[in-house]
Amino acid sequence: MINWTIILSIARTHLLTKIKQTAIAALGVTFGIGAYITLVCFMTGLNKMLDDLILNQTPHVHIYNEIEPSKKQPIALYDEFKNSFNVVHSIRPKLTQKKIHNALPIIDYLERNDNVRGALPQIKTQIFYISGSIDIGGNLTGISPLDEAKFFNMSDYIVEGSAQDLHNTDNGILLGIGIAEKMSLDIGDRIQVSPISGEVFSLKIVGFYQSGIADLDAIQSFTNVKTVQRILGEAENYITDINVKLHDISQAVSMSKEIEQKFKLKAIDINTANAQFETGTTIRNLITYAVSITLLIVAGFGIYNILNMLIYEKMNDIAILKATGFSGKDVQLIFMSQAIIIGVVGGILGLLMGLGLSLLIDRLPFATEALPTIKTYPINHNPWFYFIGIVFALISTFFAGFLPSRRAKKIDPVTIIRGQ
Amino acid sequence: MKYVLEAQHINKYFRKPVLFHVLKDISFTIEQGEFASIMGKSGCGKSTLLYILSTMDTDYDGKLFLNEELATGESRQKLSYLRNKHIGFVFQFHYLLSEFSVLENVMLPAKKLGEKTFEEIEHDAMEKLKVLGIDKLAKKRASRISGGEKQRVAIARALINNPSIIMGDEPTGNLDSYNSENVFSIFKQLSDEEGLSLLVVTHDMDFAKRTDRIITMEDGKLIS
Ligand SMILES: Nc1ncnc2c1ncn2[C@@H]1O[C@H](COP(=O)(O)OP(=O)(O)OP(=O)(O)O)[C@@H](O)[C@H]1O
Ligand SMILES: [Mg+2]
Repeated sequence: MINWTIILSIARTHLLTKIKQTAIAALGVTFGIGAYITLVCFMTGLNKMLDDLILNQTPHVHIYNEIEPSKKQPIALYDEFKNSFNVVHSIRPKLTQKKIHNALPIIDYLERNDNVRGALPQIKTQIFYISGSIDIGGNLTGISPLDEAKFFNMSDYIVEGSAQDLHNTDNGILLGIGIAEKMSLDIGDRIQVSPISGEVFSLKIVGFYQSGIADLDAIQSFTNVKTVQRILGEAENYITDINVKLHDISQAVSMSKEIEQKFKLKAIDINTANAQFETGTTIRNLITYAVSITLLIVAGFGIYNILNMLIYEKMNDIAILKATGFSGKDVQLIFMSQAIIIGVVGGILGLLMGLGLSLLIDRLPFATEALPTIKTYPINHNPWFYFIGIVFALISTFFAGFLPSRRAKKIDPVTIIRGQ
Repeated sequence: MKYVLEAQHINKYFRKPVLFHVLKDISFTIEQGEFASIMGKSGCGKSTLLYILSTMDTDYDGKLFLNEELATGESRQKLSYLRNKHIGFVFQFHYLLSEFSVLENVMLPAKKLGEKTFEEIEHDAMEKLKVLGIDKLAKKRASRISGGEKQRVAIARALINNPSIIMGDEPTGNLDSYNSENVFSIFKQLSDEEGLSLLVVTHDMDFAKRTDRIITMEDGKLIS
């Protein structure tokens, strides 16, 4: 029979009379858990921000018409050479147009698929920006501004003006911030653009685009699909790219394969396009967990040490308890409960400390060119981290308390009494 | 007459640093209500014998009966219980939990036994303290009382579960003559009035002479 009231009351007395050591042991846990919570909230917040940076902007499947040599050269069609080894020199790509044939029916087809959230047409083209005597080469992309904002978080990269403004303005342009700076242009000004083969058009600046990548911001601008078609003198079905956003990103690979086969187009899925980004995320997570676990283990050793010391000081008490009828198990439980109490108190304080610190970091201003819409440091407040934190506090204190308390259990009272 | 304690052919060896036969074929009994003292030269094995009789040391040959039940070979858990319920132990050095109050020290074995409610235990503990004349110290911390007082607290603690036998290893060894006399008279009173059995190791001839029976040891053997 285990008499918990008495075991806990002895444990409490031990802890309270050695309040300094108790506090130090508990603070070790507090700092371990607090640092773990702060670190993991901050690091995963950062990870999520960096992931979103890529995931939000990048289409899950990007469909376009790639200029590449035919996989089947004409000689393969000729039966007489079927069994011979053919060498073809100086292969040139077949002349194809950038335009996606039948783009509008393809978009219709894609949007009927349940897993597709949106399939957005784009027209990519090269143009010159002309202002007075300067002309700078660049890219102009025709988009559907409202859909881009909805599916690809376009608004996060519009620093002045809005997607709505672009949608509303015929012949409007969302100018890359780098170009605007080079040409000292402001909202409401006009800018002349001209396609590689064609006449000069005048567009009205409705906003600025800033991706955070300076090289891109120095060449890239956006306008409505219709405006590009007009500039290029093409019909309404002229589309060069289709960007697809899916509900379930894991379907991207199979989806892109299916599209390539069905429509004889190039379809790149997000995983292929950003293979290196997965690696970065994994490694950052690895570092976060390695550091957190180290912190918690250090805290565990702190408890182990202090409990060991406590047991050493309490040898006499242990001998008396055993001589007056307490069993080894009772004595073990007395010291185990001290470890657990230290773990619970230290752990809860650690959670509070972690919460406080991460709330503080969440408020700290964080301004960076690269992420125009982010104002404070990113923090991922995930209740799971708190759960893991307290569970780890309990587990580590349990193990830290287990060895010393087992030692206390095995202490032979006769040896101690003789030692006096 | 009922035997409270019976030792049959107890032998004990210390194996380190060299093999040493400390206790040689010890057999004797203690009857209910008997006040016995053990005497013998220093190093003859008195403490060693007492640790075996109190069930704290289980590394011996022979048989030990408590209240006519075999205690030898019982599990540690069971021996803890026997010690708690049937044996009160008073050490030469006043062994108290120094961070607890006098009252708490006395109550501890009873709380462990768990046969009475907290109120009953507290009442009994106060009674024992009163008998020993130290009820005024009840709330004091055990580390803040004098040596003689500590010894009496230890006796009160040994009495709290109304044990079958009290064992003492030189319980007066550290006390002045006044306090020794005091402790002796308490023992004598418990033996005469409450029929308690006592087995006390002592070097004090005057003390031993006034007990019912003197057990003399020499070189690990009983000689009378
Ligand atoms: N742990 C041990 N290992 C080896 N020998 C021991 C150990 N403990 C005691 N001894 C030896 O056993 C003998 C008996 O010791 P014990 O403590 O029982 O003597 P004692 O009769 O109580 O003496 P005293 O009157 O001085 O208290 C001594 O010679 C001592 O040196
Ligand atoms: Mg001795």
